[in-house]
Formats: sequence, structure tokens, C-alpha cells
Amino acid sequence: MLAPREEEFFRALAALLPKDGLLRDVESLRPYECDGLSALRSLPWCVALPETAAAVEAILRLCHEYGVAVVPRGAGTGLSGGARPSHAALLLGLARLREMAEPDLRSRSIRVGPGVRNLAVSEKVRRHGLYYAPDPSSQIACSIGGNVAENSGGVHCLKYGLTTHNVLAVELCDSSGERLPIGSLAPDTPGFNLLSLVIGSEGLLGVVTSCTLRLLPLPPQTLVLLAAFPSLRQAADSVGAIIAAGILPAGLEMMDQLAIQAAEDFVHVGYPREAAAILLCELDGEEDELQEQLQQVAEILRQQGATELRVARDEATRMALWKGRKAAFPAVGRIGPDYYCMDGSIPRQRLAEVLEQINVLARDYGLRVANVFHAGDGNLHPLILYDANQEGEQERAEALGARILELCVAVGGTVTGEHGVGVEKLDGMCVQFSSAELAQLHRIKAAFDPAGLLNPGKAVPSLHHCAELGAMHVHGGQLPFPELERF
Amino acid sequence: MDRSDEIRAQIVAAYENRSALAIRGGGSKSFYGRPVAASRTLELGGHQGILEYEPKELYICARAGTPLSEIEAVLAQRGQILAFEAPHFSPHATLGGCVASGLSGPRRPYAGAVRDHVLGVRMLNGRGEDLRFGGKVMKNVAGYDVSRLLAGSLGSLGVLLEVTCKVLPRPVATRSLAFDMSAAAALEQLVTWSLRPSPISAAAHDGERLYLRLEGAASRVENFARAVGGDLLADDVGDRFWEDLREQRLPFFAGTAPLWRLALPAGSPPVPESFGTVFYDWGGQQGWLRGPLDAPALRAWAARQGGHATAFRHPPDDAVFQDLPPALLALQQRLKAAFDPAGILNPGRFYPGL
Repeated sequence: MLAPREEEFFRALAALLPKDGLLRDVESLRPYECDGLSALRSLPWCVALPETAAAVEAILRLCHEYGVAVVPRGAGTGLSGGARPSHAALLLGLARLREMAEPDLRSRSIRVGPGVRNLAVSEKVRRHGLYYAPDPSSQIACSIGGNVAENSGGVHCLKYGLTTHNVLAVELCDSSGERLPIGSLAPDTPGFNLLSLVIGSEGLLGVVTSCTLRLLPLPPQTLVLLAAFPSLRQAADSVGAIIAAGILPAGLEMMDQLAIQAAEDFVHVGYPREAAAILLCELDGEEDELQEQLQQVAEILRQQGATELRVARDEATRMALWKGRKAAFPAVGRIGPDYYCMDGSIPRQRLAEVLEQINVLARDYGLRVANVFHAGDGNLHPLILYDANQEGEQERAEALGARILELCVAVGGTVTGEHGVGVEKLDGMCVQFSSAELAQLHRIKAAFDPAGLLNPGKAVPSLHHCAELGAMHVHGGQLPFPELERF
Repeated sequence: MDRSDEIRAQIVAAYENRSALAIRGGGSKSFYGRPVAASRTLELGGHQGILEYEPKELYICARAGTPLSEIEAVLAQRGQILAFEAPHFSPHATLGGCVASGLSGPRRPYAGAVRDHVLGVRMLNGRGEDLRFGGKVMKNVAGYDVSRLLAGSLGSLGVLLEVTCKVLPRPVATRSLAFDMSAAAALEQLVTWSLRPSPISAAAHDGERLYLRLEGAASRVENFARAVGGDLLADDVGDRFWEDLREQRLPFFAGTAPLWRLALPAGSPPVPESFGTVFYDWGGQQGWLRGPLDAPALRAWAARQGGHATAFRHPPDDAVFQDLPPALLALQQRLKAAFDPAGILNPGRFYPGL
């Protein structure tokens, strides 16, 4: 690429970066060869690590001038390969844009650089009795810029929303290097609602150079209930029953037996190993209302057949109950050499049915699946266990994963609830969207990035890709689970 | 009744003939925005009906022409609400018009705007292509968030056929309070309250009194009301006040003088008295003023605070919405062209060229 002008480009690029901000040799490129989707690796062409928004702007201008593609990257914790590098693209690392202003208490907001870690925001504003609500499980490491790119969720979405509900404004640098104010502290910014479009656009529409986040007052009291069930169905049906009663828990998580046992063997927090499923329900609010809600929820859970109920009020006990949930992914990683984490989202009332169907599919494919997920949101995370060293097992795991995603779409859900499409779910997008819909998404991209330089090939598959795949677009159609009722 | 095919045919014909369409649902918000230069009107009336309502799933899906009042009545039977408290402005208001106008009621700062509750849409773009984005689930990051983009797009990106909205349980308890205090004191008090958890779900100031609505668990509402004092309004009086504010039926909104809407960051200073009396809503983030007034000065003052001003009703001229920076206007024009290449959907309703 750009052979004769390559050195000229690098000279100009180096001038925009601190001494250690431009990586070109294989050894220093190695740490950037993948994001959280570590199965897919390739070395970037080069890595640029700017420290200011002005440098990001200048780099994008330069890349635009030379026709160089750019892959933006936050902390590299994304699970769908959204920051997967390319031999033909500059990898733009934003982790050094870590500036954090003092919170503005009058507007209950804070302006942060895209490289600021999610958890660092809540830590910074805690002394004011405030926090930033979205809390993806990688919050200790993942960056706000990455959260914006992926519209990240977490365990508290049911009550407090996703990233899109908690960001007031961003500064977006478009592919030509123009910095645009998107959204505002004031409500209903004039013009189209570009903020919603940019959040979750996976780095295809622009590079976020600053984010203004909405802060919330910390809830006065929090408690966690653990309920154990003798069947998956009872646990799943309890989720709908709680919500039908008009209660919105701060978090409502579910684990199946394989996940419970893996977590218990790993962190020893006293989870009931013999239970078919457990629910973890977090409630928050003031003392009186919390007591009311606790009684209501406990009653519902008993009616639904919970065999054991534990209530954690103090921080240490609550943390212990959450610990197993938070450690569930690595715990599952201990019981199988490899696992493949899915991220489908479905209507809650189909939970029991879909979980049972996943087990049937898993048996058909001769693989084990552990389930640990955001039940309140209907956001599934089936973990397909496999051994990459066994001939053909990885392919089987991927095929099973594709079947699970088709199942999610067939019951009225989506192929990705919170991890993003990246490169991983491009095939699933062919199932979920029609050609006309995909073409519309491409036209949106072209309105922001006419030259197609930002994160090319991610998030929205080409029509050609879908045609080659031969995947059937299923919504409204009969495929591929005709036995399931649709709505 | 499903009028999708017929509506689609009209758009396809307009696309082929390059003839602009003025889009009209129930006509309840036809006063809002700039005049549309179109010889024909695309009527969406009759394209109505609730398609799915699952109280346990917390969503409702309906054809865009479904009356808002019908949706709210169905939700009320199951103790649920559209939390953004959409203004109707007429008994004919539709769900599609509510989403396309992007207008939210008094609960907006505390529960989110229309766009925060839109989960999915079925739409026709300016080529007449029948497209679905988003869905019925709370978490969905497949594809760009087109359904939320359409909220507040004033019909200029596409015609909504179906909308799926998140719904929420109706609050268990509600109390409305009033306090005699100046606007300046009320705005400061609201900032103080905003920093701690509270059951406040609406806050307005009419120039003389601060009105608060508290919602949530009964104990929480009562505890807070006891702690802050004020005059307790009878339930029907309080409910009527918030509804009349939302529907602009209070005396402040009467008459044909220009009605200006200010949108401001939370915690902004009081609007200078030189612009006249301000009716604040949204805890101070939305201010209503009556003209005639010095519009350029008002817009400049709003912009300095990080906000903007809209000539909401009876605009003195075509400059209804605050000017966009040139680069943003250009981007929005490209985006418009990406959905509506022939420029036939409500051209000019938002801005010239959009």
C-alpha cells in the first residue's frame, strides 16, 4: 500500500506523536494483534498512540489525505473483534486520552477522554455521592470510548439503561479530521439525533475524542437475593413474574448448573451446587421501600418454586454473592480448554424455551454449554465449551453458536445484545437484516465516512458477503425454527 | 387497519416523480417545525392497531397511526405507562407523530426522552423500501441505532409504519407539592436535590411557585414529602396541573403570541428578566417564554449556556430551530440524502435542505 509515499506518510505521522507513540516493529505490534476476541489475530500495519484530541484530529486528516484506513481501539477488551487490526490499516489506540475533568455537580455530569477506564469514572465521583451507571463486566479495564463505540451494557441495564441512556454528548472526529459536537448537556440537541446513531456504531462513523457522561446519585441501600431452583424453567419464569409485578430490580442475573458448579469450584462462595439454576436479584433504594420490595420478590420466588433464598445486606456478603457471577467466565474457562461466548438477546418470556432448546442443540453437536447471563434483559451469554486441539471441535462450536443466534432471531431477538457485531457476528447480521436494510446501514456509513476509511469491514456485512454465505434472512419468515411460535 | 402497501406505493410514486410529500399522522403537531414545500400530503391516518403488547416484556408494538390515547388506555389497564409522558396536543395524536416529533413531557429529565424508550421501528425510507431496525428486546446492538435516530427526525428521514416502545410500571404512589419561592431560589433548590436520590419525577416553576411531583414507593414519596415541606396539592389538582402543563393548556400558553422553548443544561442560571416571564419545566432544563422577544439575543444567550431556543408555536419567521454549525448541517444533509435521496419526505420541515 502507498508504497512510494509510505516513508513520507510515516515521517508526517511521527511528527504528530510522542516518541513512543508510533509502533512499527513486529515485537511492539504483537500486543495489538487482537482484542478480547483472541481467536482472531493479525498484526496491524502500524500502531499510533496519540495523547490528545488534537493529535487524533491531525492523524485522521493525514490518513484521509493518504487514503489510509484506520481501526480505532480503546482498551482492547471488546469481545466481537471490533478492534481487530488489519495489515492494511493504521491501528489508532486511544488509551492515552485519559484526561478526566472535575465533575460538574450542577449538571451532574463529567467530561472524560475516551481512554478513561469505566470504573475510574465512578471512583472519581464517588466522594460526591455519585456514580456512572453502565458497568460492563470488564469495567475495571474497558474504556469509555470503547463503551460508546459498543453501546455497552452491564448488570444494571434493566433499571439504569445502556451506555446510550447515560451519555449526554460526545466530540466525534470524522474520517476527514473534522471534530463535531454531537449531543449536548441541554436536552434535545437541534437537528437529527446523531448521538444515538454514533453510540454503538463500532468505530465506523467517527472516532470519539471526548465524552460527557450523565452521573447518578448513589442508591442509599442495596441488597442481593440469591434464589435456587430445581429447574431451569422455574428460574426463567420467575424473571417474568418479578417484572410483571411492577418491580424493576437493579440487576437480575441467572446461572445454570454447569455455570454454578464451575463458579463454586473456582471461588468457593457457597453457591448451591445441586441447583439447576440460580437467580441473583439486586434491589436498591431507601430502607422502607427496599423492605417492601424484598418481601414481594421473596414471595414471588417462593411461589415459583425456589428451594432456597438467601439475602445479603452488608457489603461483604453482597460482594461474595456477586463474586461467583463475576468470576463465571474465567471459572467456565477452567472446566474446558476453550469456550466461545455468545451474546444473543431474546424476549424474556421465551427464556425457558430457548434455554431448553440450547441444551437440545448442544447435545446434537456433542458440546457442553454453560449459561450465565443478564436474565432481566433477556440477554443470553451461552458459553460453548470446546477443545481447539480436537480436530473439528472449533468448527462445531462455531456452527452451534450460529444455530443459537438463529434461534435468538427466530424468537424475536437479536444476534448481539451488548458485545457488538465486530467481525464475529457479521454472518448473524445476514440472518437478522434484509439486503435493503444492510444497504441502508452502508449508506449511513457513507454519509459520515464517504471514503470508507474507518474500521472497514466491521459491524455491517457487505451484501456480497451475505450472498456468499447463503444465509437466510429470517425475520418475518419461517426459517429456521418452524416449530417455534413467532411474535 | 394495515395501510402499509398503499403508503409504500405513494412513496414509490413520489420518489419516481421527484414530488415532495408532506407527512401527516393525526395532525396534532402540524404547527411544529418549518413549512413544508410539498404539493401533496401523505396521510397516515387509519394505519393503526396495536400489534403486540406483552406487559411482562415491558414493550408495546403498534402501527404508527395508532392514537396515543388508545395506547395509553391499553397500558393503563395493565398498570403501565409510556414513561416519557408524551404530549398529545389533540385527541388525534398518534404514536408515530409522538416519536417523529421527539417531544417528551414533564418526566423527561427523570425517566428519559422518547428516544430512550424506542426499541425498534418498521419504516419506509425515501425510496419506499420497507425496513426494520432495532427490535423488541431491551438490549440490541446489531446495526446502527436507526430507530432512535428517527425519534425527533420530523419525518424527514423516513415514514414510520410501526413503532416498538419500552413501557414501565405506573408508579405506585404520586404526590404533588407547591412551594412559594422565586425562580432563582427554586433552580438552586433543584440542583441541591438532584445530587441525592429522590422520588422527584417532575419539577416546574410558573414564575411564582415551584411545583414538584414525587413518584415511587409510597414510603419513599411520603418520607421525601415530609422532609421538604411545601403545600400538598389534592391528587386530582396535582394530576391536572401536570397534564395541563404537558398539554400546554395552562393560561401561560393561551393566545397567539410566539411561544419560545429554551432547552438548557441542568443547573443553568435563571433566564435574564429582559426576555420576560419564564415558565420552567424539566427541573429548569426547559423554559417557555412568550414573544415577541429579541430572538437573536435569546438564541445567543441559550448558546452561551450550552443550550438552544426553538420557536415552538406561532413562530415569527421560518427560523424555527437554532442554527447548526456548518459542518454538522452538511453531515445531516448527507444523512438525509442517505435515507431520502430525492428529498421528497417533509423537505424543509426541520431545516432548509433537510
